[in-house]
Amino acid sequence: MPASAAPVKTSAMTEKKVSAAPAIKSKNHYDKKPSQWGRKLCIYAFLILGALTMIAPFFWMLTASLKEPGAVFSYQKAWWHDWVPTTFVWQNYTKALEAVPFARFYLNSIFIVVCTTAGQVITSAMAAYAFARLRFAGRDKIFFAYLATMMIPGAVTMIPVFILLSKLGWINTYKAMILPGIFTAYGTFMLRQFFLTLPKDLEDAAMIDGCSYFGIFWRILLPLSKPALATLTIFTFMGSWMNFMWPLIVVNSEEKFPLPVGLAYFQSLYRTDWTLLMAGSVMMILPILIVFIFGQRYFVEGIKLSGIKG
Amino acid sequence: MGQLKNTTKETIAAYAFLAPNLTGFLIFTSIPVLASLGLSFMRWDLLTAPRFVGIDNFIQLFRDPLFWKYCWNTIYLMLAIPFSISGSLILALALNQKIKGVVFFRTIYFLPTICSGVAIFMLWRLVYNPEFGIFNTMIAKFGEIIGVPLKGPFWLSDEKWAKPALIIMGIWQMVGGYNMILYLAALQGVPRHLYEAAEIDGANSWQKFWAVTWPQISPTTFFIATMSIIGGFQAGFDPAYIMTGGGPNGATTTIIYYIYNHAFEWYHMGYAAAISWVLFLIIFLITLAKWKLFSNEVTY
Repeated sequence: MPASAAPVKTSAMTEKKVSAAPAIKSKNHYDKKPSQWGRKLCIYAFLILGALTMIAPFFWMLTASLKEPGAVFSYQKAWWHDWVPTTFVWQNYTKALEAVPFARFYLNSIFIVVCTTAGQVITSAMAAYAFARLRFAGRDKIFFAYLATMMIPGAVTMIPVFILLSKLGWINTYKAMILPGIFTAYGTFMLRQFFLTLPKDLEDAAMIDGCSYFGIFWRILLPLSKPALATLTIFTFMGSWMNFMWPLIVVNSEEKFPLPVGLAYFQSLYRTDWTLLMAGSVMMILPILIVFIFGQRYFVEGIKLSGIKG
Repeated sequence: MGQLKNTTKETIAAYAFLAPNLTGFLIFTSIPVLASLGLSFMRWDLLTAPRFVGIDNFIQLFRDPLFWKYCWNTIYLMLAIPFSISGSLILALALNQKIKGVVFFRTIYFLPTICSGVAIFMLWRLVYNPEFGIFNTMIAKFGEIIGVPLKGPFWLSDEKWAKPALIIMGIWQMVGGYNMILYLAALQGVPRHLYEAAEIDGANSWQKFWAVTWPQISPTTFFIATMSIIGGFQAGFDPAYIMTGGGPNGATTTIIYYIYNHAFEWYHMGYAAAISWVLFLIIFLITLAKWKLFSNEVTY
């Protein structure tokens, strides 16, 4: 956390220095303490209002998940009863856990996400190395084919892949949820672009010392590419964790459901049982929230890295 | 001799590195793309044999009033994009001042993005509940205070209000997410001497924003806008599936939802493939426009 806070602060400080220093020389004499204070106050008020807006629905969800089932949500009561938990019906959570196999959904999700992410990062890095560093016949043509598919919407490939999987008899398997998510042109492209920015000297030296291609890839290129690998890991992880449509299409039995599909299934069973539904939602959000709060520095850096390429 | 041997060795190594990804790429991307194009000229319900019908699917599609309706829905729902982008920029500008707790605010603003998915859509289904949802209780409370009985709309079950409801949720979800972080990074990259120069010329904050900040961050705006539009055309399945089922009366069905329905509910594989190719065409045209515009519109 402090590491990500540092650049933000320094740049904000230097900018302040800039705006303050010439002010003495130029005509902004009135730009003194009181107005600065007022401005600061407005900015904080605005930011806090924004934060409350973002957090309010989550808080409301938590409150709702702890209410008496049935006796919920009446605005005849004091208004804050909808916002502050006044009852703590933890049984909502145990009931939700009993209603559908949530633990199973969790495990399915974790298994799918880990396999997809590992597969994606490893195969993309290998292909990116070939594209960025090795010369071979057909390289540019193959790379162009990768690039060309990047703007094709997932909806185009979805239908033939579904047909293929059903012909193979892979419908309702983990393979069907994992494999199509591994091989994306985006991952290969992003890592190739990153590899190209790295200096080649080390690799040349290692080559002269008789290092194999794999050795160069594994011991030189990968360690230098940690930020890019982290970015790809995060994006694949999040995409896979939230992926709803594809598993919905290829899986139809409860014990194979990943969490999002499981939760939707839960909703279809208990459509108006709001306390239970909210308890289920809280349980889905909690793990990813914890991962994010601890790893948010990597998320932010990853997003910045992905946006630079344009 | 040795040279040749080295090149051969390099080629073998290259294909070895490429093999896993390339195999998967061929099986799950490039061959399916071609297959999908072929499918779009066929009728196939997966039970009987596929039948070649030429461009019938496309003709039927252009005469399909539902397709046009859902195209309109998709575009309507993209109203969330300009609002959320402006919001992201305003938040980023506020965070870029010399304030404390940047990481704290950024973390909170990012929560809707990080938690996005089925759970959030279920939560918002409740938020829009006509009787006890957040909006309608607040509207009723407000009515009590001013002494006029006010009643909020039925939101998700009202054909008029379902789309605005999804737009409001979309803004809430996107405003503090990726775009804000990209803007924040862009703002921090604006060279300081430009502000210095503007100040020497006596520019106030408003003028500095339009003369320095806005042109400097325009590549980011351009990137965000095009990515959002491309994403917007493919969006709308998850929230609609969870919150409205595409209703009421198709009011929240988007192009991608229509493809899903044809392919996986009604098993019209050929027709669904045809729609997906029209979608691809739209995205392709936007991408082309993006490349064309890139040199003219964006100031560096």
